Amino acid sequence: MRTNDMTKMTYRDAIRLGITEEMRLDRDVIFLGEDIGVYGGAFGVSKGLLEEFGEERILDTPISEAAIVGTAVGAATTGLRPVCEIMFMDFITLGLDALVNQGAKMRYMFGGQSQVPMVLRLPAGSGTGAAAQHSQSLEAWLCHVPGLKVVTPSTPAQAKGLIKAAIRDNNPVCFIEHKMLYDAVGLVPLDEEYTLEIGKTIVERPGKDVTIVAYGTTLAKAVEAADFLEEEGIRVEILNPLTLYPMDMKPIIESVIKTGCLIVAHEAAKTGGVGGEIVARVVESEAFDYLTAPIVRLGGLDVPIPFNQELESAAVPQRNDFVHSVYRLLNRE
Amino acid sequence: MIELSEELLLRMYYKMNQARYFEEKLDELDVKGLVHGTVHLALGQEAAGVMACLALEEGDLVSLSHRGHAQAIGFGLDVNLMMAECLGKDTGYCKGKGGSMHIADVENGNLGANGVVGGGFGLSCGAALTQKYQHTGKVVLCFAGDGATNTGSFHESLNLASIWKLPVVFFIENNQYGMSNPVENHMNVENISDRSEAYNMPGLTIDGNDFLDVYNTVTKALRYARAGKGPVLIEAKTYRFSGHSKSDKQLYRDEQEVKEWQKKDPLLKMKEYLRENRIFTEKQIQKMETEAMISIEQAVEFAKKSPSPQLDTILADVYA
Repeated sequence: MRTNDMTKMTYRDAIRLGITEEMRLDRDVIFLGEDIGVYGGAFGVSKGLLEEFGEERILDTPISEAAIVGTAVGAATTGLRPVCEIMFMDFITLGLDALVNQGAKMRYMFGGQSQVPMVLRLPAGSGTGAAAQHSQSLEAWLCHVPGLKVVTPSTPAQAKGLIKAAIRDNNPVCFIEHKMLYDAVGLVPLDEEYTLEIGKTIVERPGKDVTIVAYGTTLAKAVEAADFLEEEGIRVEILNPLTLYPMDMKPIIESVIKTGCLIVAHEAAKTGGVGGEIVARVVESEAFDYLTAPIVRLGGLDVPIPFNQELESAAVPQRNDFVHSVYRLLNRE
Repeated sequence: MIELSEELLLRMYYKMNQARYFEEKLDELDVKGLVHGTVHLALGQEAAGVMACLALEEGDLVSLSHRGHAQAIGFGLDVNLMMAECLGKDTGYCKGKGGSMHIADVENGNLGANGVVGGGFGLSCGAALTQKYQHTGKVVLCFAGDGATNTGSFHESLNLASIWKLPVVFFIENNQYGMSNPVENHMNVENISDRSEAYNMPGLTIDGNDFLDVYNTVTKALRYARAGKGPVLIEAKTYRFSGHSKSDKQLYRDEQEVKEWQKKDPLLKMKEYLRENRIFTEKQIQKMETEAMISIEQAVEFAKKSPSPQLDTILADVYA
């Protein structure tokens, strides 16, 4: 179906729509994971898929992440296009051999012989009160593995466009979903051919005074801060690196050249986070000469995510952290 | 009993010898310092690796262990390209980017030797899922060693293969040691095949040094898996004459033990069989051995003459 129509839906429904469309278009696409069948997935993303596609294509697995990811790699290498749901991103730890040592490297270490078209859906992030083992943002680990692609949508439209592109990509793609975004509502294109190119950073909100690079729920907080700051005449430019690895740096560098100020932000622990890599690439680039103030890195505190609600929200960057950082960069405080 | 044609017996004996010469030659090159990195030899395990693959049908797939040269030769890989890969040459199976531990021929169903012990179990389940989903009628033969059966991946994969009735045969070469650790120290079961009971699949322990036992058992197991009845676990008891890898001083075993197993050398056993049953003349046996040796010498020549990969290939093939 080709159409210019858009409809309002949640981030959750947009992911499901993207998967559904790709499964209708391509019989090689299968979907496996824990409780994705009758239960509909821990976060309801796969609801209804079993009814449409049957047990042959919607495969409820045992609680065996190593076997789930390993099976996906083996199936992908032999001609299928598996999509896996890892119930919480935290549990990818249990399937990392198959992903990191097998799937990510096969093509290169076999001299270009194979391709591994698979998608790992990874619900990430804090805010749900699920504490330290169900709230992590481990994207930086994955961004350290050549051979993997890492993408993360921040809106329903991006969710649909990126999940479709990830399924069509011939490499292992880690698709990071922020759990606090599942109920977020937005306009989503209904066109079956609507996809978002992997490897592109987008300007989410144009501005001129300060550049902010953020993704996930942190992006939403940056937008809130930008709305607030705009009332004071400060125009923040927000960039969204939809693909965290390999990252498209050009728009970020161009923006820093324009604004001279940079804030990078994410929920993941600050030390060793993706933000540090963005900063390093900016200072290695021609944008270095245009910086008018020290760069600001906003990241999660270097602690496991705590349970208590106040502690939990204090562990990750919030709207006011952006506001204060912008003031500081512009000497307004 | 499965009927063995003369032609098949000839191929069996030839390939067993090729596997032996390949590794002896590789070891020699290694000692001379011509091999970058390490090699894991399966000297003494040739009947297991070669015969299990010879039982396969056209189009079946394999996942090899890190000790996979004999398996690869049994599967039909070109010894020239294998040797070139072991020497890191551009003409090798992986264009010099994989080496001995990652020899693969994906297009023809060899999903690769695996540097991670236990790394092939999940891959094999996935490859078997593809066969089942596409109704190809093909089976996956998954090689691993005794040590690999202690990994979580082994147990998760056997469980998954069993509940989904995947067409996969898990073939464990029990060479008595996980690197330096003897089997009785690293598992508390008499036979690795006993572990199949936990997953309600057939489990068989065989003499891995007996070419007929290996060939017949794997043939039957493949038939079972091909019929859609689900996976099979086979344990082939064998022994590696060489150390684990080049750094191994073999402090964990005595020479007497090695000598005892050398009496059960799978090549000698097969030769005895051929003689006893007067299948080939002494001259024919000799000829096969010589031809196998020549093929390996040619492989070494091919590998030595082959160019190294160009430096500008370093960034190629990270992504499809």
